Amino acid sequence: MKQLTERERMAKRLPTYRIRDFDEVELGFTEDQAIREASRDIRFCKASCMLGCPVGVNIPEMLRLVAEGNYEEAYRRLIKKSPFPAITGRVCPQERQCEMFCVLAKAGKPISIGAIERFVGDWALANNVKEEATIKPNGLKVAVVGSGPASIVVASDLARLGYSIDMFEESHMAGGVLVYGIPEFRLPKEIVRKEVHRLKELGVNIRLGVPVGTAITIGELAREYDAVFLGVGAGHPKFLNVPGENLLNVYTANEFLTRANLMKGYRFPEYDTPLHVGKRVAVIGAGNTAMDSVRTAKRLGAEEAIVVYRRSRQEIPARAEEVLNAEEEGIKFEFLLEPIELLSNDKRTVSGIKLMKMKLIESSNCERKAVVPTGDTTKLDVDTVITAVGFNPNPSLKIGTNGLDTDDMGRIKVDGQGRTSLKGVYAGGDIVTGEGTVIEAMGWGRRASTAINEDLSVR
Amino acid sequence: MFKVNEILMKRQLASGVKEIIIFAPMVSRAAKAGQFITIMTDEKGERVPMTLVDWSATEGWIKIVISEVGLTTLKLGSKEVGETLYYLAGPFGNPVSELNSSTIILVGGGVGVPAIYPIARSLSRNNTVISIIGYKNANSILYEREIGEVSDEVIIATDDGSKGQKGFTSDALRELLDSGRKADAVWVIGPAMMMKACSEVTRPYAIKTFASLNSITVCGSGMCGACRVSVGGKTKYTCMDGPEFDAHEVNWDELILRLGAYKEEEKRALGRYILRSAN
Ligand SMILES: Cc1cc2nc3c(=O)[nH]c(=O)nc-3n(C[C@H](O)[C@H](O)[C@H](O)COP(=O)(O)OP(=O)(O)OC[C@H]3O[C@@H](n4cnc5c(N)ncnc54)[C@H](O)[C@@H]3O)c2cc1C
Ligand SMILES: Cc1cc2nc3c(=O)[nH]c(=O)nc-3n(C[C@H](O)[C@H](O)[C@H](O)COP(=O)(O)OP(=O)(O)OC[C@H]3O[C@@H](n4cnc5c(N)ncnc54)[C@H](O)[C@@H]3O)c2cc1C
Ligand code: SF4
Repeated sequence: MKQLTERERMAKRLPTYRIRDFDEVELGFTEDQAIREASRDIRFCKASCMLGCPVGVNIPEMLRLVAEGNYEEAYRRLIKKSPFPAITGRVCPQERQCEMFCVLAKAGKPISIGAIERFVGDWALANNVKEEATIKPNGLKVAVVGSGPASIVVASDLARLGYSIDMFEESHMAGGVLVYGIPEFRLPKEIVRKEVHRLKELGVNIRLGVPVGTAITIGELAREYDAVFLGVGAGHPKFLNVPGENLLNVYTANEFLTRANLMKGYRFPEYDTPLHVGKRVAVIGAGNTAMDSVRTAKRLGAEEAIVVYRRSRQEIPARAEEVLNAEEEGIKFEFLLEPIELLSNDKRTVSGIKLMKMKLIESSNCERKAVVPTGDTTKLDVDTVITAVGFNPNPSLKIGTNGLDTDDMGRIKVDGQGRTSLKGVYAGGDIVTGEGTVIEAMGWGRRASTAINEDLSVR
Repeated sequence: MFKVNEILMKRQLASGVKEIIIFAPMVSRAAKAGQFITIMTDEKGERVPMTLVDWSATEGWIKIVISEVGLTTLKLGSKEVGETLYYLAGPFGNPVSELNSSTIILVGGGVGVPAIYPIARSLSRNNTVISIIGYKNANSILYEREIGEVSDEVIIATDDGSKGQKGFTSDALRELLDSGRKADAVWVIGPAMMMKACSEVTRPYAIKTFASLNSITVCGSGMCGACRVSVGGKTKYTCMDGPEFDAHEVNWDELILRLGAYKEEEKRALGRYILRSAN
């Protein structure tokens, strides 16, 4: 396939400028680019990309409509499977989903499906494409707990079908990780705000500041509503469990990102929530959370911002595009190192990390290589440490006390359609799968809304 | 009808200390002694935790007592009756441990006194409750009558001796125990230094001692870990695992260190606020 055309690339702001603010890094396709990319080498298309999309977007159809310039129709068809393309186009790890299955991927030039999806989503938001359907209330009430991607899909699906929806969110802003975790420079909050506004237009009643579990129990909700959906996520940070973890200037990534994004600490003192960022910042871990933290630290003035990861470049779990962006922004990467102690010169503030050198070995029972300590240690001098080593299921729901079956990691057990062990109670998203992706959470939301509608229709 | 999060009443209890009653029906119907709420005064504000001091499920209100120590508490104190708070969520945290037919000593210091009120009220139903309440001086006394209503005995201590016993609450607690009074459990709420001192007093007596911690908190719901504390050598979340912990197991020095983490920023923010209010 030597004669393949090059991929269209989204324009990006220059690293020297973008590390000084929180404005979006990638600027999206122009109309010309979208059309060109949607029809690029289309003669080879085998529609294999659809295998990679967790919600089964009809990608070839989207490409055809975009190539024809029929964006509105592309949008209307797209949202049947992926209701928020402006979001998923930006945050899906396309290199491991749709784009990995593109026939052109083998040549390193898969169609930029994410960028096209983003283009369609942005076009619809900019042109204020409205719902066509008129909603006929069906007299049934559903409680949706949490307001992350899984819950947003359940609420919007069921509201369209005529259900009356009360959404309960403990935070002061709806959106889950989309507003408290993923930074503005990757997903402008205006987009999330607009999508949440659409929910309100559909008649969804969003009640902020209500921690379900203590303010109202799952049992109470199950009695008051015809069905309950639990989409409370997995955002309870794991700790490193090494000495020195509670020194000053050691943050969990979620605290750091919550202070920066949700509480707008990057605009302190205009906003009241403070945030310390030193000159040399180390972030432990290499997932999306780590990439977001390290790039946030850079933007807040860190002279050196370093990712410390126990495996190597190849195993980085973060979205590929963001790893490239981070590298462009001068983020340093230190591989095959695992923290064994956080050090302090004055017993108050962190001053360095003692690290174990690691190595990768072939492992028989696992696809991934195993990582083992070498016995050699080294030291890294830093003045701020951010830990991004994973999450547990969100605890505030107090799931254990509600008679719901969970697995040994505290995740809610469901059947393939999101039905829990309690009748009338459904769950989906990270609370079921553990840390997953936005589109997987949305897929669970779609399955649960389908199950709820089916179960209540036959009742 | 009132608006949700509307301030219904406000009164000054002592210099820099205000009692605020807020319309929050969702919280009031579920509130239990020992729990707290989180508040934002405005869209740009910090999210801060406040203990639930009193509430009425039938009338839909909750009561908090704030000590104006910094930017957020000053902003909160300046909100007038009829204004609404941008955000109020709760209840969060675990309710107070239950005990029966025991003798319990409750120790409250300063704005910790209103915080022990709901605990005293809850525990006094089935237990004998002795409350030790401590203040700087006679002018800073608050919640004396309220504590009296839910305690079998009240001991007042002031740092300068201008009312009640002279000395700290920890001194009064030591005297009481040294005099041979038996207690099955002790609760302490107040500044971290005071809670630390009290827990040292009860340690040699091996009396089960609970403290309600006030670590710096961002989310209040177990998602950020800002409020982490070391208890019995393990890292715990104040908001999810507490706020009540075994006082003998708490690493007090670490808590005190972490409470000071943002001293510089707090000063800056406060200075800016005061300048603005003056202009
Ligand atoms: C920093 C970061 C970056 C990420 N980047 C990406 C990315 O680029 N691409 C990608 O695909 N995925 C990414 N992810 C993962 C993705 O965000 C999650 O998989 C997804 O958000 C899960 O959605 P959810 O609906 O299950 O829950 P969440 O988004 O976690 O939302 C749960 C909501 O429930 C609320 N809640 C919790 N308990 C209660 C309660 N008791 N009562 C009421 N409300 C409650 C929470 O406040 C929250 O708003 C990232 C995650 C993080 C943390
Ligand atoms: C579970 C819990 C319950 C609480 N209940 C009450 C209550 O009922 N009434 C009340 O007045 N306060 C209570 N607090 C403390 C209150 O949240 C803080 O005083 C408040 O956040 C200070 O904010 P600020 O902006 O006014 O002051 P800041 O400018 O943030 O701080 C000013 C001073 O207060 C200290 N401080 C900051 N945060 C805290 C904190 N979380 N705890 C103690 N000291 C702090 C700082 O070290 C500094 O010296 C509680 C805290 C917790 C964790
Ligand atoms: S939803 Fe995500 S995985 Fe599916 S086609 Fe769109 S970008 Fe690809």
